[in-house]
Amino acid sequence: MAETLEYSPKTRLSQTGSNQYIVEKDLDTEYMTLNMGPQHPATHGVLRVELITDGEVVMKATPHMGYLHRCFEKHAEALDYQKVIPYTDRMDYLSAMNTEHAFVMAVEKLLNIEVPRRVEFMRVIVAELQRIASHQVAIATYGLDIGAFTPFLHIMRDREHILTLLEWLCGARMLYNYIWVGGVSHNFPPKFKQRVAEFVKYYKPKVDEMMALLTENELFIERTRGIGILPADVAINYGCSGPMLRGSGVKWDLRKNDPYSIYPELEFDVVVPDGKLSIIGDSLSRHLVRCYEIYESLKIIQQCIDKMPEDPNFDPHAAVPKRIKPPAGEVYARDENPRGEVGFYVIADGKGTKPFRCKARAACFVNLSVLPELAKGNLISDVVAILGSIDIVLGEVDR
Amino acid sequence: MKPLALLVPDALTATAVPVQAENSWVKAFESLEVFGVPVGIFAIPAIPLVFIALYALYVGVYGERKVSAFMQDRIGPNETGKWGLLQTIADILKLIQKEDIVPIAADKPLFVLGPLIIFVGAFAAYAVLPFSSEFIGADLNVGVFYAVSIVSVEAVGILMCGWGSNNKWSLFGAVRSVAQVVSYEIPASIAILVGVMMAGSLSMQKIVMSQSGELGILHYAVFQSPVAWIAMIIYFIAALAECNRAPFDIPEAESELVSGYFTEYGGMKFAMIFLAEYASMFMTSVILSVLFLGGWNSPLPNIGGVALNDWTSGPVWGAFWIILKGFFFVIVMMWVRWTFPRFRVDQLMYLCWKVLTPIALLIFVFAAVWELYVR
Repeated sequence: MAETLEYSPKTRLSQTGSNQYIVEKDLDTEYMTLNMGPQHPATHGVLRVELITDGEVVMKATPHMGYLHRCFEKHAEALDYQKVIPYTDRMDYLSAMNTEHAFVMAVEKLLNIEVPRRVEFMRVIVAELQRIASHQVAIATYGLDIGAFTPFLHIMRDREHILTLLEWLCGARMLYNYIWVGGVSHNFPPKFKQRVAEFVKYYKPKVDEMMALLTENELFIERTRGIGILPADVAINYGCSGPMLRGSGVKWDLRKNDPYSIYPELEFDVVVPDGKLSIIGDSLSRHLVRCYEIYESLKIIQQCIDKMPEDPNFDPHAAVPKRIKPPAGEVYARDENPRGEVGFYVIADGKGTKPFRCKARAACFVNLSVLPELAKGNLISDVVAILGSIDIVLGEVDR
Repeated sequence: MKPLALLVPDALTATAVPVQAENSWVKAFESLEVFGVPVGIFAIPAIPLVFIALYALYVGVYGERKVSAFMQDRIGPNETGKWGLLQTIADILKLIQKEDIVPIAADKPLFVLGPLIIFVGAFAAYAVLPFSSEFIGADLNVGVFYAVSIVSVEAVGILMCGWGSNNKWSLFGAVRSVAQVVSYEIPASIAILVGVMMAGSLSMQKIVMSQSGELGILHYAVFQSPVAWIAMIIYFIAALAECNRAPFDIPEAESELVSGYFTEYGGMKFAMIFLAEYASMFMTSVILSVLFLGGWNSPLPNIGGVALNDWTSGPVWGAFWIILKGFFFVIVMMWVRWTFPRFRVDQLMYLCWKVLTPIALLIFVFAAVWELYVR
């Protein structure tokens, strides 16, 4: 059923800012309900946004989701802890490593096991590689939404290097099942570290090139600057996280604010927009945060490579428990995904090898809830720009 | 009024001999009869039509795919035939075989007629394009005016497509497109007027002939007035908008409006719209070259005894030069398309009404004064 808005000139006047003349002379137009998605090139998957428009101006935007609902949480209750990990991959399929990491941390907390130091380094390296790959997709598709096709393919070319590295590491390109409870599935192959270092060296100038091609383009700035401004208080009230929140100028990054793994030992900055190029909180700010986070991730990877302990007889399965049967209890573990805070709330009943309840806190789902707030009063083209800057992955929104 | 007072010494210009266009090929065609049937009359429009088909096939679609592939670090079509040369033919074959679907809620007459009108609008302008000193479909004395006005018919076709599809996205695309085409005709026309004033004629052949000379490129209108190059750039930008090419492709904006006014089209109807886009790209490129870059004149100068200009002039050379110039601008349009993001609707209108139109008007006045008192 299409939603309706109350139709009266007065509310329209305040909403559109149209001038008095139009109202007095009864030159009013009618609302039109426009269905954006689920098959639409700019909704990044199967999202349906119901737009109520006045000409090209959006009066109300309502996201409808659930087209990709796969009952993750119910599935998790029927599976052993190890077997849930591949399902977490399929939630946010662009940042599978990070999501795995969050779930695995939750189970490790339940079991209270210590992970070898080298494993922590390996996890952080793959997680940061994954963060770069994820931001690359976000930036590339954002350019695509704005109408720049060429940067998309340039970025995808570079992303291929990361996927090749991860494929070499564990055999999969997107859904890895690499991070296991207490360890990882495979040790780094010989020379893997050198290859990663080579990639870091190769990719830094390419980020500059990408910034010059896309971010510094005058047309791109015109399209995104000042569009969909999200004030910091609204962002916090809605529970936004990740680049959404940092784009609004809030310095909040779980790697710093609730440190996990070996992040406290590493040096990196939490990126917030400085307000020189963009207006703080707008679509361009969110885009810039993603761009600069790539530099930070490269920094982190370089440090990890330098600091990582070498061990020729290293067994990545050494701390992996044979049978996971945690004592009764409940735990919440979270990590900083490329799209924001992803957390797993796991309850164990102490009787079996399956979680009693597993609740996932998805970053995209929370971030998407701000869309109606941002889209109101903008043009249809801007809705595309805003939706792109939120950077949703429908697999995670619907779970 | 001395020609070329600015750039070239008088002694050189005195010897410049303009080429006289006689349109002799067209006249030969007109009188061609087979068993009393005037075949030639039908052959004249058939020649540009065949040209459009070949050009759209190879420079348009294949060229665009290869250019974009080159810019995006890809290979592009390379499987079908040598270097993928048969790819476009395969695509066309596929489009021909497709079922001709008309949506059940569509307004059928409008839906069917729309693509035809768009194509006719783009194609009709080819009647006045001077392909050579000896070949022009119709050497109208108001050729430029005709070209500018017949292209506007496209807007009607686009509106018919968008309205007839009975799809909200199509309607958005059509309304945007019509607003855009109509708006951008104004700076385009004023820029064209600058060129027309410099040549002193609306006839395409006369405009080209006014730019003939032994010094080749130096006789081109763009070098005859200090503001002509601005008019040329304005016309080029407006032409991009009129062809609905990026960065002005908001009517078809694939990421916003799905495909704009041709969302519901498939098969040959889609191919017609596609063909019309490429046809109007080449058409505007040729008009640009005719007005400012000497049309079918050779750009090479005569240097003393080395008479490069004479050697590279003539009816066949003329066809070569104008098609080359046209293709050059078509390639530039592709280059622009694969580089820039898209404008927003309001930014597009801002650019047209608050930037291009005032500048075009200023140039128009300046060019008029220049023509009257300086040249």
